[in-house]
Amino acid sequence: MDIDTRTLTQVASYIGGGMAIGFGAIGAALGEGYAAANADEAISEKPEKYSDIIRNMLVGQAVAESAAIFALVVAILLLFISPADPTILTAAAMVAAGAAMGLGALGSGLGSGFPAGKACMAIVKTEDPQVLGRMTTIMLIGQAVCQTPAILAMVVSLMLLFMKFGDPTMVKAAAIIAAGFCMGLGGIGSGIGSGFPAGESCMAMTRQPKISGNITTIMLIGAAVSQTPAILAMVIALMLMFINFGDPEPVKAMALLGAGLCMGFGAIGSGAGSGHPGGAACRGLGIQPEAQGYLTTNMLVGAAVCQTPAIFAMVVALMLMFVNFGDVPFNPYWAAFLGAGLCTGLAAIGSGWGGGMAAGACCEGIARQPRTVGIVTTTMLVGQAVAQTPCIFGLLVSFILLFKVHPEAVVLAPSMALLGAGLCMGFGGIGPGLGNGIAATNAIKWVARNEKNAGLLMRMMLVAQAVSQSTAIYSMVIALVLLFVVI
Amino acid sequence: MGIEGVDLIRAATFIGAGIAMGLGAIGPGVGQGMVGAKACEAIGRNPEEAALLTRTMLVGQAVSESTGIYSLVVAMLLLFVV
Repeated sequence: MDIDTRTLTQVASYIGGGMAIGFGAIGAALGEGYAAANADEAISEKPEKYSDIIRNMLVGQAVAESAAIFALVVAILLLFISPADPTILTAAAMVAAGAAMGLGALGSGLGSGFPAGKACMAIVKTEDPQVLGRMTTIMLIGQAVCQTPAILAMVVSLMLLFMKFGDPTMVKAAAIIAAGFCMGLGGIGSGIGSGFPAGESCMAMTRQPKISGNITTIMLIGAAVSQTPAILAMVIALMLMFINFGDPEPVKAMALLGAGLCMGFGAIGSGAGSGHPGGAACRGLGIQPEAQGYLTTNMLVGAAVCQTPAIFAMVVALMLMFVNFGDVPFNPYWAAFLGAGLCTGLAAIGSGWGGGMAAGACCEGIARQPRTVGIVTTTMLVGQAVAQTPCIFGLLVSFILLFKVHPEAVVLAPSMALLGAGLCMGFGGIGPGLGNGIAATNAIKWVARNEKNAGLLMRMMLVAQAVSQSTAIYSMVIALVLLFVVI
Repeated sequence: MGIEGVDLIRAATFIGAGIAMGLGAIGPGVGQGMVGAKACEAIGRNPEEAALLTRTMLVGQAVSESTGIYSLVVAMLLLFVV
């Protein structure tokens, strides 16, 4: 079946257009729904403030909508664009642009809804119109930061739609598709994560209107740290789009695809997770303004540890892009590269988000009881360290996939074994990472309330985390069996 | 690369094993974490009952583990028996 490139490009643009608005609509709709739900609850508590609440809800929803509007613009462009000289790269760019914009708008839409909802609830708590004004301002600033991943994604999308990419090769086409998914997936987590500080700062503003400047500062710092994974993802995406990867062997195409997916997935958990300490720090400021120093420090420390899985993902992505693997046979190395990328990328989701939840609990605990800062921080670091373990298993399996010598195969089975190993450890890391984070969260919360029993609580946390780890260990066993035993 | 029927089946068992264990690990991971979380909270509220609470937690986590074991069994079957 011989498809000419013009037809292929049209097919690609329609698929891309569908992805752009399809994914992009999800986030904004959910976020606006959250805002409306909170508005309803607020009105039921204080019906006389109806007009204030509705106005706030509509303004907040409008900002959340903007991500979906970016996605709509890109989708319409994709539907009606007619490139002059379509090559296979143009077709790849259409799909990539759709994926980038759609997925990138998903997180931002969701994340922007959170502050809108919280702002509506916060209106109930205050009578002072000046405080109301300041709170709306903070909501808008927070929502604006939340839109950053969608804006980055739109920039990358437009670049993909309108730039020329040089010689059409399979490797370059794969690089472009990888870049699109990398930017798109990478934006999801940061979009969601930046919403938490924004939302909590609205609530904090009504409790402590005098320190509105400090609250805004902490919120901006927290949201900025949350953006880091999205920025890493954009860097990798731009590298994939513009670096000339030299003498293209077909297997390099799979390596680049693996790199893009790795960084894309890997940024989700860390982005969303680092929003939790930011949010908890803002909420803590509202409860206990004197603890600002401790809250800022712990927010930064917790969020920094939270970035680790995203950094592992970036390391694997860079290795896939730049390490010269020599003259390796396409089969089974295509599966080894793709599996290596998916493995670390997926496993990073759980560890990133779980570590972030633990950091959030730490800030919450400090706000409650500032004098317990030492033991709470220790518990957080221990809990986060254990939560990183699934991602480290993923990294280990990825390294084995990359650097073990796989003998050339003429049948399909060895490739599927390698890909299966990558998927197994990748997916298998998500649940335990999340579970370890959830267990650590409660342990930290209760250490703050009950510091006498900190030792007991930490022991409990470690036991719980160890049991939660079990399925990650099963996954690693199966992955190692797939890698070393069956073929 | 010519794909034979036997080879395709073998390939499918490998991918199936990977997906089975991989996806199957998600649920028990999160579920056992939630049990642990509530156990820590309970101990925080009531430290004297630590032994009872730990035992309850482990029983609850063991039940949650069961589906993870099913996934492990299926993965092993796919790899070595089928």
